[in-house]
Order: sequence, then structure tokens, then C-alpha cells
Amino acid sequence: MADTKEMKKALLGPILDNNPIALQVLGICSALAITTKLETALVMSLALTSVVAFSNLFISLIRNQIPSSVRIIIQMTIIASLVIVVDQILKAYSYEISKQLSVFVGLIITNCIVMGRAEAYAMKSPPLMSLMDGIGNGLGYSFILIVIGTIKELFGFGTILGYEILPLVQNGGWYQGNGLLILPFSSFFLIGGMIWFIRTIRPEQVEPKE
Amino acid sequence: MSAKKESLGKTVGIVVAVCLVCSIVVSGAAVGLRSLQQTNAALDKKTNILTAAGLYETGMSNKQIESTYANRVEQRYVDLESGQFTDMPEANYDMYKAAKQPDYSSPVTDSNVGFQRRPDVASVWMVRDDAGDVSRIILPVHGSGLWDLMYGFLAIDNDGQTIRELIYYQQKETPGLGGEVQNPAWQDKWDGKKLYENGEVAIRVKKNANPNNPHSIDALSGATLTSNGVENTIRYWTGEQGFGEFLKQQAWRS
Repeated sequence: MADTKEMKKALLGPILDNNPIALQVLGICSALAITTKLETALVMSLALTSVVAFSNLFISLIRNQIPSSVRIIIQMTIIASLVIVVDQILKAYSYEISKQLSVFVGLIITNCIVMGRAEAYAMKSPPLMSLMDGIGNGLGYSFILIVIGTIKELFGFGTILGYEILPLVQNGGWYQGNGLLILPFSSFFLIGGMIWFIRTIRPEQVEPKE
Repeated sequence: MSAKKESLGKTVGIVVAVCLVCSIVVSGAAVGLRSLQQTNAALDKKTNILTAAGLYETGMSNKQIESTYANRVEQRYVDLESGQFTDMPEANYDMYKAAKQPDYSSPVTDSNVGFQRRPDVASVWMVRDDAGDVSRIILPVHGSGLWDLMYGFLAIDNDGQTIRELIYYQQKETPGLGGEVQNPAWQDKWDGKKLYENGEVAIRVKKNANPNNPHSIDALSGATLTSNGVENTIRYWTGEQGFGEFLKQQAWRS
């Protein structure tokens, strides 16, 4: 049984020290597209975290049975099933958001974080540790998404979760919404900024000069 | 990695087992959640109808949507040929399914609307004002865009001529280009436009349309094919094969 210290590392490490987006630069595509509003970012975070946690758990449970010649296909099958289940649950309990997220929930299947963790970690580690690692990486992804979603919604639309914080000029307020931040690609700048910020406080992440 | 783990029989066995478990989980979720999803889809349709009716306000609760819909909106059926109201042809009638059955549909002629058959009987929604008189008529319209059929509601004043809203609720157009059919700013351009001129369908979607022209709407930039699709859709459904006769007869007045 893994000791608590190791588990804590697997759970909390990916948030700052080994963040899947900021350090491993995985899963960027969905981070760009669905962070315009904080609400969609939160739901996407939840969806991805549950998928990566359970895919890690299940793959780790049967890791000794999976023949290595077909391991990628088996991982994909498990991940795809989980994604469909998540998509069905979203459609049943939060129809509006599932319409906004539309294809992006389905695209969790191709999110490199899920495959990456399954192949790199869950195939070699015991179930509980894999579950922790999955949740940790999900949280790392969520952390970036939530920060970017907050910045984009606050400065793009003047709201947080739909509540007005900065009254927009169009609605008779004083704040001129930043049109750039409403567009998906502005996340590039924000993610870049966050990578810079994280590497400033964690200088060991900076790659050595070649 | 032991050699045993790699034997053909075992590999196939594992693959089959994983697939079996996964398919049970997936189908279990799909079946178990279906009723909830259908409720949601029905509520979403009502929300779209209320939006087209101009009765929807953001932040309405599900209950308010249900009660507003029940009080103000009435679903009726129209025989497209005669333009008169008719009874529901069969229980759980769905005009989109009926369009696929030869007994219930007629072929589309001389139109690029994007489908081959249209139902003989179509659903319409009558919106009543506080006094109980019909204030708006909501017509279901669909036609092909660039990628796929686009489904929407066209709301018309009780004069059978003035457009109030065009709400697309299902489309697969390119986001940011054709997907802008759902942009409220573009939807607003339809408000007040007139369908007919001297009894002919006159509505056009074209580039650099004069906003003061009551028959033309500015096309979406970068989405010519989607804009053409919208034009074909509206012209077909308000034309003689669509609701043209119904709008001429104005059966809701009697």
C-alpha cells in the first residue's frame, strides 16, 4: 500500500509542480475553446477530471491482464465508454451546458491528458495511486481552465458565472468589454502568461538552454 | 511481460471482455437516462418556441416555461394543400417522420431547399395575447445549410406577412461563420421584414442589403452558402408548397 506522502504527491503535484497544461503542454485544444465562460470551463473540468480519474482506475485494475500488443485500443475503448457516459449524464442533467460544450465533451476521448496518464502512469501503478494521479491531473487541468475562464469572462463580458461584476457600456455601465478575450485564441496568450508565471515561481521547470 | 500474456487466445478474450463490459455500461447509461434527456429536449423545444413567440425572458425557471407555454401557446395542425387547420393525423404525429412516409408526404419540386419530400400536414404554434386572440404564428422551417439541414422556427405576426423572429435551434454550420444564424444581432435583422409583395414571396437574403428594404436581409459575411440555405428555406416554407396557402387563408382569424 502506498504511503500517504506519495499519494499526496500524486494528487497535488500536477496542480503546480507538474501541471499537464503548463508543463507537459497537453490538452491545449479544449483549453482554448471552452474557456470563454467560467461555467462551461467548470463543467468541462469536472467532466475531464472524472474521465481521467476513472480511466486511470479501471486501466490500472486490469493493467496486468492487458496484452501489450492491443493496450492502446483497450485504453481507448475504456476512455471512449467513460466519455459517452459523461456525455449522457450531461445531456440528462444539464442540457443547456451540454449543448454549449457540444463536440468538446466527445473530444475528451482525444484529450492527450487522458491517454497520456493512462499510458504513462496507470499501466504501471496500483489502482489507488492511479486514481489519485487521475484526479490530480484533472485538478491541474481544471486549475488552468478556471483561471483562464475567470479572466476571460470577467474582462470579456464583465461577468463571473453570469453575475455582473463590471457593468458593460452596452448595458449602460462604464466597462468596455475586451473583444479579444471573447475569442478562443486569446487563451494562447493567457496560457502563455500562466506558464511564464508558474516558471517564475518554480524556476526548476525552466528547460536548460541547449 | 510473460509470454503467456501475449497468447492469441488470451488477447482476443481480453478484448472481447473489455468490449462487452464497456458496451453494457454505455447502453445502460443511454437507456437509464433516456427519459430525463427526452424531458430536457421537450423543454428545450418549448423554450425555443417561447423565444420565437417573444415570451421568453432569460432566467425563466422550468416551471415558468411550462406554465407560460401552456397558457399562451397552442399547437395545431395545418393541411398544407388547403391551408386549413386539420386534426392530428395520428397519435404522436411528427411532421419530420411523416415526411419520410409516402402516404403522408408529397415531393418537393423546383426548390433547392435540401430535402425531397415534405409532410402533407405540418405543426404550427398559435401564440395568444392576454385577451386570447392569436398574436403570432410560429411555423417550423427547415432546409439545408452548408453542412446539414438546419431546423428553426419562423414567427410571423397575425397579418400573415410580417416576420418577427427566425430562431434556429438545430444547425451544424461552421461556428463563427454560418453558425452566426443563431447570433441575436443577425436574428434582429428579421424583425419587421415582409414576406410577400403583390402576393409573391419576395424575401431575399443578400449581400449589402438595404436595411430599409422590407424584403431583404443582409447575408452573413463569409457564409454565402448558409445564407442561400436560409433564403431557400424561408422561400420554400412560405411559398405555395409550404405555408403559403395557410398564410393567405389566415384560418386563425375564423
